[in-house]
Amino acid sequence: MEGFLRVERLAKAFVAERPVFSDVSFSLDGGEFVCIIGHSGCGKTTILNVMAGLDTATSGHVFMDGREVIGPSLESGVVFQSHALMPWLSVRKNIAFAVESRWPDWKREQVDDAVKAVVELVGLTGAIDKLPSQLSGGMKQRVGIARAFAIQPKMLLLDEPFGALDALTRGTIQEELISIVRKTHQTVFMITHDVDEAILLADRILLMKNGGDTSDGYESGGIAEVVVNPLPKERNRSTLHHLAGYYELRNNIVDFLVSRAKH
Amino acid sequence: MNLAVFRSLEFRAGLVSVLIFVFVLAVWHALTLPTAVTSAPSTTVVSAEQAEYDKLMGKSATPVSGEAQKATGFPTLAQMGATMVKQLANPFYDNGPNDKGIAIQLGWSLLRVGLGFLIACIVAIPLGFLIGMSPLLRRAFDPFIQVLKPISPLAWMPLALYTIKDSSISGIFVIFICSVWPMLINTAFGVASVKREWLNVASTLEVTPLRKALKVILPAAAPTILTGMRISMGIAWLVIVAAEMLVGGTGIGYFVWNEWNNLSLTNVIFAILVIGVVGMLLDMMFARLQRWVTYVE
Repeated sequence: MEGFLRVERLAKAFVAERPVFSDVSFSLDGGEFVCIIGHSGCGKTTILNVMAGLDTATSGHVFMDGREVIGPSLESGVVFQSHALMPWLSVRKNIAFAVESRWPDWKREQVDDAVKAVVELVGLTGAIDKLPSQLSGGMKQRVGIARAFAIQPKMLLLDEPFGALDALTRGTIQEELISIVRKTHQTVFMITHDVDEAILLADRILLMKNGGDTSDGYESGGIAEVVVNPLPKERNRSTLHHLAGYYELRNNIVDFLVSRAKH
Repeated sequence: MNLAVFRSLEFRAGLVSVLIFVFVLAVWHALTLPTAVTSAPSTTVVSAEQAEYDKLMGKSATPVSGEAQKATGFPTLAQMGATMVKQLANPFYDNGPNDKGIAIQLGWSLLRVGLGFLIACIVAIPLGFLIGMSPLLRRAFDPFIQVLKPISPLAWMPLALYTIKDSSISGIFVIFICSVWPMLINTAFGVASVKREWLNVASTLEVTPLRKALKVILPAAAPTILTGMRISMGIAWLVIVAAEMLVGGTGIGYFVWNEWNNLSLTNVIFAILVIGVVGMLLDMMFARLQRWVTYVE
């Protein structure tokens, strides 16, 4: 499905003459996995929040499935950087809260079955009745992902979900995410700081530059380049760096981040 | 036999507590030892009229057990013990307005505190929710809260008596007015500081406002709200004694004042201990509730 999600001429300005980013336009096809990379403060999270309906842009529009996004909705599942689980609810109840919100007239058994299904998907069946405080960082983030999947959203928005995890855990969850996304053909938009993560997961990578002062005056940030991932779709973490074209792609992105992303 | 039990901190602390208690009792005992035979009761024969007159003047020549001593000196441990046994043996007796068992008096006080506290909850928690959620209301209410909060609850008493015209209800009102502020402030603070991310989760799930309030904000703010309730209950229990002393009629505060008028220090001390123990139990109850709603992040 082409242009399932369209972002048109988005801009956000906290100071009128100095927008953080402006003229940000891109689109996602249904089933596509798109990552956005950029330095801190370039406005990635703002873009994601506008797409989720949690924030408003100064100008520009977001359309999902032909309808404008004007507020938060069950159409998109959001995974927050800080997992955002309710610490007073067990894993089961955290996810049940989402399921009950999506399908208010479901019976208790129906809800519980749906919860069990997504918990199994992220491999946490053994921890289903634990509280978030009893889980490791990686497990908490898995629950966050399970909760986002549980409402069967049209679109998954991930705000740097693995940023706080150690490298080993991150690798495992990345692979789990790939397998789930492939199974469900989910459309995903994800923020990351990790170049390898983007190369592993994304079909396309948006490179964002920061706004800043140049010799010609202030220049706002925005999407500087769009890189289409040329690597074969069936890639995995262990063999990723042996694939032809991997280093060119990686060097290109790293060069961008080091020399071209900031003024 | 496991010796570790005796080395545990709790055991040692308990031991020290017992020692302190024994020490205090010993000091008490030492200070109230009967002084060297006070001028032995005059054996001079008095006429029946004179004896009657002396009795009326409180100078009874033949003191009846400890009754007379209570007026002359601080009660001894034995007298204290006797009073406690007497009071605890029959806590529910009711011999008219000025002579009721300790349990009946306590019951009245707890009833007033309970009612005033309940009304305060009904007012403070929803209002605190509103204030916590709306920055506008927060600012609008702030001056009133700041001015009303530091007023001693007893200062309201004359106004309450005049307008309500019922001493018992005035007592309840005073409890209400002193309980309401800590609860209101804590509820508003707890609600206002619910994490943005939990609210974001609720809004992406399109949760209705009522469900959001009950399922997200209430549990998130519950520990702070409970802290406010615990503080309120502590203040309410402090205030009820003073309020009942003023208003009179029934209650543990009235009991203390009445026994002071009777010059029965043993009863006063007994009541003081009861007030302390009941206050501690109330606080423990709220501590337990607090533990129940507290969550670890």
